[in-house]
Amino acid sequence: MNVPVDILRFNTCGSVDDGKSTLIGRLLYDSKSLMEDQLEALERSADITGGGQINLANLTDGLRAEREQGITIDVAYRYFATPRRKFIIADTPGHVQYTRNMVTGASSANLSIVLVDARAGVIEQSRRHTAIAALLRIPHLVVAVNKMDLVDWSEQRFLEIRAQFEEFLPRLDIKDVKFIPLSALNGDNVVEPSPHTPWYVGPTLLGHLESVHIASDWNLNGFRLPVQWVNRPNNPTDPKLHDFRGFSGQIAGGIVRTGQKVIALPAGIVTTVKQIWTYDGPVEQAFCPQSVTLVLEHDIDVSRGSTIIGTDQLPGASSQLQAEICWMHPRPLQPGKKYFLKHTTQTVQAAVTEIVSKLNMATLDAEPEPAALAMNDIGEIRLRTAKPIVFDGYATNRLTGSFILIEQGSNATVAAGMLLPPREIVKPENGDYVI
Amino acid sequence: MNSYHLDHLQHLETEAIHIMREVAGEFDRPALLFSGGKDSICLLRLAEKAFRPSELPLPLLNVDTGHHFPELNEFRDRRAQQLGAKLVVRKVEDAIANGVAVPAAGEISRNRLQIPTLLAAIEEFRFDCCIGGARRDEEKARAKERFFSFRDGFGQWDPKNQRPEIWNLYNGRLNPGENMRVFPLSNWTEMDVWEYIQREKLEVPSIYFSHRRQCVRRGGQWLPVNDLVPPKPNEEVRDLVVRVRTIGDIISTGMIESPADDVADIIAEIAAARVTERGSRADDKTSEAAMEDRKKAGYF
Repeated sequence: MNVPVDILRFNTCGSVDDGKSTLIGRLLYDSKSLMEDQLEALERSADITGGGQINLANLTDGLRAEREQGITIDVAYRYFATPRRKFIIADTPGHVQYTRNMVTGASSANLSIVLVDARAGVIEQSRRHTAIAALLRIPHLVVAVNKMDLVDWSEQRFLEIRAQFEEFLPRLDIKDVKFIPLSALNGDNVVEPSPHTPWYVGPTLLGHLESVHIASDWNLNGFRLPVQWVNRPNNPTDPKLHDFRGFSGQIAGGIVRTGQKVIALPAGIVTTVKQIWTYDGPVEQAFCPQSVTLVLEHDIDVSRGSTIIGTDQLPGASSQLQAEICWMHPRPLQPGKKYFLKHTTQTVQAAVTEIVSKLNMATLDAEPEPAALAMNDIGEIRLRTAKPIVFDGYATNRLTGSFILIEQGSNATVAAGMLLPPREIVKPENGDYVI
Repeated sequence: MNSYHLDHLQHLETEAIHIMREVAGEFDRPALLFSGGKDSICLLRLAEKAFRPSELPLPLLNVDTGHHFPELNEFRDRRAQQLGAKLVVRKVEDAIANGVAVPAAGEISRNRLQIPTLLAAIEEFRFDCCIGGARRDEEKARAKERFFSFRDGFGQWDPKNQRPEIWNLYNGRLNPGENMRVFPLSNWTEMDVWEYIQREKLEVPSIYFSHRRQCVRRGGQWLPVNDLVPPKPNEEVRDLVVRVRTIGDIISTGMIESPADDVADIIAEIAAARVTERGSRADDKTSEAAMEDRKKAGYF
């Protein structure tokens, strides 16, 4: 058995009818990831609604309203594997009002596929989706120029669309972009190379997904362990562990080794890693994104929401924050109103003190002093938290540089935030804090 | 690959452990739904990995439909005892007896009736969060569900109004009476589950492995003959070498003909399979939206 070596997470975005669901259906169908009963179900629904034509979009449109209206209203997750890789797909819808779902589907992705209808070219949705992918710092972008069959497989049309993208791409911080001409409906250049595009020498979409380099997408610089849970057994599984006191969490950055010095924040106390405990036995070192339990040399005040860090590449700690946010709720952002802010493993109260700017999706310009941030707007804000948080800039670390805002009362998640780099870093004044 | 590389199972494992610990950190009275099936067996190992050397900070909860395979309940009780975990079992029969669950005329299946039984158990113990083993690859409605799936005061799922889930930041905030269903295995596939069982050397109930059993052909599948599924006069009882791929109730779970008698055989069989796991579950075939409707009513 050939076990896939790693996982690639990607999302698909485009506007309504660009053929996202059809593309995913095609990937699953042509990579033989569909099963007979799924095909039977497809054929059953084709007889009822499609006049006998199989509709590949029915594979991902799982809710009744979606099948009835022929739209995708929420993120659908799909899974398939080839001998080279395992894939998690987030199919994210294209309507303007569902941008929040795209942010949801894209936030954990290694790669985003932006679909463009070859007839329509770049539209505002294409810009919006590309800008969101850039804002979320998704490492890889694929522009899938779909429905090439409807423009007679014209290389010139493909190059025009590519040029339209290249007009605004330099203003966005995306390192790796790939353009692929395809037809999701007919399967050209999705899994099998197309006979219609002799002028295209690049890989098929699946070929690219299988080979794009993702091993360095995790952050291995600057150790960060946001503490999730204090592990103190009352009746330990091993009686010798009666005095066990460990700090459990998922490493959000860097590498930790037994015997190294660490700093517990916000207490600011320097201590040493006595043991890295795991269910499978103690380990000498652990790295992002492993889940571990740290036992420290000294009995210090650490609880859920604390952060244990290494002594180099220090983070910031502040209650004055600046961030880019995507607003996700019908009730617009109200400056001065108190929200809950969840960052790593702690939730604190926060108030927005200023809306600095709002991103104009047509021009990709940041427009200063907007009146408000409403549903699906992206903008830059300043906020103040009830107590300092320990953080990195989002560009440095996706996990310690991100937060969500939660509305008090309704408990709705109203915003996704990406922190700008800290102005001041933590200063553990050497010696003073050592026990 | 360098030494700072996680393979796909290690990635799925650390994601699930993180979610388990978020539950322990954010909820006052969580429970873990444990049926003894393969998915919840993985959940239990992940709970051990998340919380040891401490005792598990949450009890196990099972809704017993009264139509379970006996092998499953035996395994469930034994595994809970091995782990020193508290196991709460609430029975559909009791819920029917005290009027919490009311069968429709002629309703034999316990599928719908487990919903009020579960909701009553949640209320009885004031559970604010139930961890379940559902996976998104199982079914189209599940493919749309979040890791943290919010349920209102009636236990209902509203697919059009789900909380956005961004990065690994889960919003677990609730008002009184509301609760959360949490699915750490959301991103796992059937293959991942078996590969994890193999890697962790986990015991599974014997009915997952090949054995001889009397079956009848009904509704396009082999149903096991038992007190609840007596053969009809025109049906031929066949003695077959079978196993289960997914475990539902004994009246609706199709057996598949298979010689697979260890985990490696099962993995090879799934790799070659041409139908999905739920293709053998009659409860999902009722209509295109069978699962969606049950989830909206408060199903896992």
